[in-house]
This record gives sequence, structure tokens and C-alpha cells, in this order.
Amino acid sequence: MSEQKLQSQTVQTTGHAWDGDLQEYNNPLPVWWVYTFYATVIFAVIYWTIYPSWPIGKGWIGGASNITYVNSAGETKTHSWNTRALLLEDLNQAAAEQKPYFDKVSAMSYAQIAKDPEMNGFILSAGKALFADNCAPCHQAGGQGVAGFFPNLTDDDWLYGGSYDKIHETLMVGRRGYMPAFSEVLAGEQIDQLANYVAKLSGIGHDAAKAAAGDALFRSETAACYYCHGSDGKGRKDIGAPNLTDNIWLWANVPASDAAEGKVAAIRGVIANGLNKGVMPAWAGRLSPEQIKVLTVYVHELGGGQ
Amino acid sequence: MNFNFKHEWIETNIGLMAVLTMLAISVGGLVEIAPLFFIDKTIEKVEGVRPYTPLEQRGRDIYQREGCYTCHSQMIRPFRDEKLRYGHYSLAAESQYDHPFQWGSKRTGPDLARVGGKYSNEWHVQHLVAPRSMVPESVMPNYPWLLATKLDISDTAARMKALRKVGVPYSLSQAEYDANVTKFGETVAKQLHIPDAQKNLVEQANFGNYDGDRSGISEMDALVAYLQVLGTMVDFSKYSDDAFVDVR
Repeated sequence: MSEQKLQSQTVQTTGHAWDGDLQEYNNPLPVWWVYTFYATVIFAVIYWTIYPSWPIGKGWIGGASNITYVNSAGETKTHSWNTRALLLEDLNQAAAEQKPYFDKVSAMSYAQIAKDPEMNGFILSAGKALFADNCAPCHQAGGQGVAGFFPNLTDDDWLYGGSYDKIHETLMVGRRGYMPAFSEVLAGEQIDQLANYVAKLSGIGHDAAKAAAGDALFRSETAACYYCHGSDGKGRKDIGAPNLTDNIWLWANVPASDAAEGKVAAIRGVIANGLNKGVMPAWAGRLSPEQIKVLTVYVHELGGGQ
Repeated sequence: MNFNFKHEWIETNIGLMAVLTMLAISVGGLVEIAPLFFIDKTIEKVEGVRPYTPLEQRGRDIYQREGCYTCHSQMIRPFRDEKLRYGHYSLAAESQYDHPFQWGSKRTGPDLARVGGKYSNEWHVQHLVAPRSMVPESVMPNYPWLLATKLDISDTAARMKALRKVGVPYSLSQAEYDANVTKFGETVAKQLHIPDAQKNLVEQANFGNYDGDRSGISEMDALVAYLQVLGTMVDFSKYSDDAFVDVR
């Protein structure tokens, strides 16, 4: 039956039969398909002439399309199309749009910026993006920090100082916190006394007798806490030694416990084990001077700037 | 030979069909890949790129074991948004000692090509143990065992020997060591010397104390050491911003 049907067709077959009678038509390709194919060939040839294409020896054909950009040395250069030149062109364009603002940021003093509503608006939006990219992983999106790990930037308690210059310095060169582990030099009882004294300094629940003994220890050469935290316990910003009298806690997670005993235990832990953390990376090599200045103002305006 | 071409000829010789199919589909790859071996600008000439130290290399092994690459790429593309977020675009030269490379195009998490030095060791440790304690919106899994598991350093030399076989210049002989001194300087060359692998690893881990725990060397030490070196080998301040335009 199939043989009779095939004979009635004008279309040729591919010329072989499987299983005795299974044949395959050799239809011509649809006309629309053939012309589309030719069109893609023409497109490819045009594409080769415009964009980088064929490799030749140790190089390649750059193509007719050019990109003009200005490099960091201020030279205007033209290069055959590539994504790296395209990036520079793109960056040049964006930099040109932002330049008036960043130039103003460079030229103005912090006091002038603070009084200029337009600059404040710019710093708020530019600073927000920079902060989210670079600072928020540690200090969190709103700058509130993480208890026990990263300081809150929105309060007025500063380890290294909250003036524009100090914030700028912190951003540029980074910071590294350190406190010796006193379990190596003091008895457990003495550490307990010191912890009670530190609790007293911040006005939280403590054992009065132990605190009195701790007071003496704090000032003694045995523990020598006053070297860094000052004889009044208010800390020294030049070395990042925290103020112990303001009931603001970073390393000892005091607010985490409700009971006075838990609060004292948190303080005891820090005195006993010390700290070798509180590392703030240096941003001088990562961000531009203008970006760091924007961040300085942004952090200052988070609420705690001095 | 009577060369009478027929479909039947190929279709009835499955071996021949396999060979011809392979030839046809390899054209696409060959025309894109083969020229890269002859073009002299494929790998940028840049200072500072070196193979990983034993500790970093062990960290890299853990990075691969835990499948970090399924969510994190290590390839910053030359786009403005990527430059602003991650830094300078990645160079081919920067992954010349990576076997296998970690480029990728699948980013559930951020690109890590220049994560080195961006955060403190302490942040990395906390973030790996409990990502949401640092980044509340994160979908990254917790990796608490990294801190609890002691790093197995017994096979460090064997791992470096394997990499040496695929072309990483770790040295076994004095001559190879001397060549590394010339190429990378003495400090780096010492780290690349396989006979000292274990000693070097222990020294770096103890000195760096990446996990903040001095009691031993954990897998966290190795992984954080690796993360902290990513993208830091080339000092881009030495190069003009268009230094790598001409090579593409």
C-alpha cells in the first residue's frame, strides 16, 4: 500500500528503505528558513567587521568599532571595541555626572557640608549605597552593630572617637582591639571582684563588698586596669579602651541577661579571657578618598557624631 | 575508491557516525578555545600572583568540599555595577594557579573574587557559623562544623604534589625551589616547598589564628585564610586603570 502511495508523490526520498518499506522523504527546506539562514550569514559577516573576531597569529582582528575613553592619567585613548574599554567609557560618563558633587565634597570642610542641605542630600544617598556595600555586613543596615561583635554607630559612645577626623582615621587605617586575658595573672576571686566593680561603675546590680575590693584592684599595679581604662574608668579613645561607666556594652553582652549575676558573669568573661578582636579593616586602598569622606559624614550623621 | 556518498553509509556504521558527530560538535568549542593557546595576551602580565600557601590551599579544598561555588562565583565582570560593588574586574592571570578555577556565573550569594581583607577574620568565623547573626536577610546555610572539626593536615604534601602534576609550581627539588625564589621571592618560595608543607601550614595557622581559637588548627582556620587572600595578590594601585585594556 505504502509503495503505491509513494509512487503518487512527486517528492524524492533519501533513497534507502529500512525494515523493507520504511522510507524517508527528502523535502526541500522551507523558503522562509533558507532566506533566514542566508540573512544570518550576512549578519555574521557584518558582525565580524564591527567587533573583534578572527584570531590571526598571536593577535586578532580588532574590528571597526572604536571606544574612546579617558584613563586615570588623563589621556584620551581610542581602542577597538572590548568590554574593558567599554567599562572605562561607562565609568568616565558616570564620573563626569558625579564629578561636580565629589569635587564639592573634596573642597568643602566637614562644617560646610553639615550646613549645606544639597550636599547633605547627596551624601545621604551616596553614603547609603556605600554603607550598604561595605559597612552593613558588620555594623548592620542601620548602623546598630551586633552586641558582642561590632560596635553600634548610632549612639554617642565611641571607642576611638566620634569626631569627623577620628571617624575618617578609623575608616582610612582600620582598627584592632586588644585586651590581655587576666585569667593568666589574677585569681578567679580577683576577677570576680573586678567584674563587680565594673558593674558598679555602670550602676548595675553588684556585690558591694566585692566591688570595693575590685576598686582597689582596678587601681593596683597587679591588675593595672587604669593604664588603659583611666583611673575614673572612662576609657582612653587614643587606644580604643572603652568607657566602663556609661552602661553601654559591646564585648561583654551584659544586656543579654536579666539577672544581675548574669550581667556580672558576662563582664567576668571578658576580664578573664581578654580580647583579640574588634578588627576594623582599613579602607584606604579599597575606596577612593572622596568615598571615604562621604562615609565619614554619613557615619557621623547616623546619630552619634561629635 | 568509488566515493558514492549516501546517508545509508553513515547511518549503518554507528562508530563512524559517532566520530563524525563528535567532529561536528567540537568545531564550536575548538574555534573559541584553541586560539587562546596561541594569542600571547590571553594571560595578562601582572605582578604578585602566586600559588596558594599550604594552609590557603587546604582552605580552598574545604571551599570546594562544602560546595561554596554553587552559590558564589569568583569572577568580577567588567561592568560598572560590579566594579562599584566588588572592585577591579578579575584578570585571567589571577586564576592561573587555580585548579579548578572558580569563575562561575551562578550567584545566589555575592561574588567572592575580592573578598580578601574586606571583612575581619572574626566576621568570617561568625558568618560561617551563623550567617544570619551577621546578615539578617542571608539565605546561606550554617557551617558550624568548620569550627569544631580539626584540620586533617596529614595529606597536605600529597595534595600539593597532585597540583604540581597539573602545573602549579610547588617545588620538590632544590632546583625547583631556586626557580621559585627567582620567580616569587624567597618568602613565597618557602611556602611553596612541598617538603616543608606541614611545617608551613602549622606556622601560618598559629601565627594568623584565623578562627580566634588558639587551642588547635580547625578547618575554619584554613577556610578563612583562603578567603582572606582572595583577590589581594595583585596591587592594582601600581597599574593605570587602562593597563589591561590592550590585552583584550
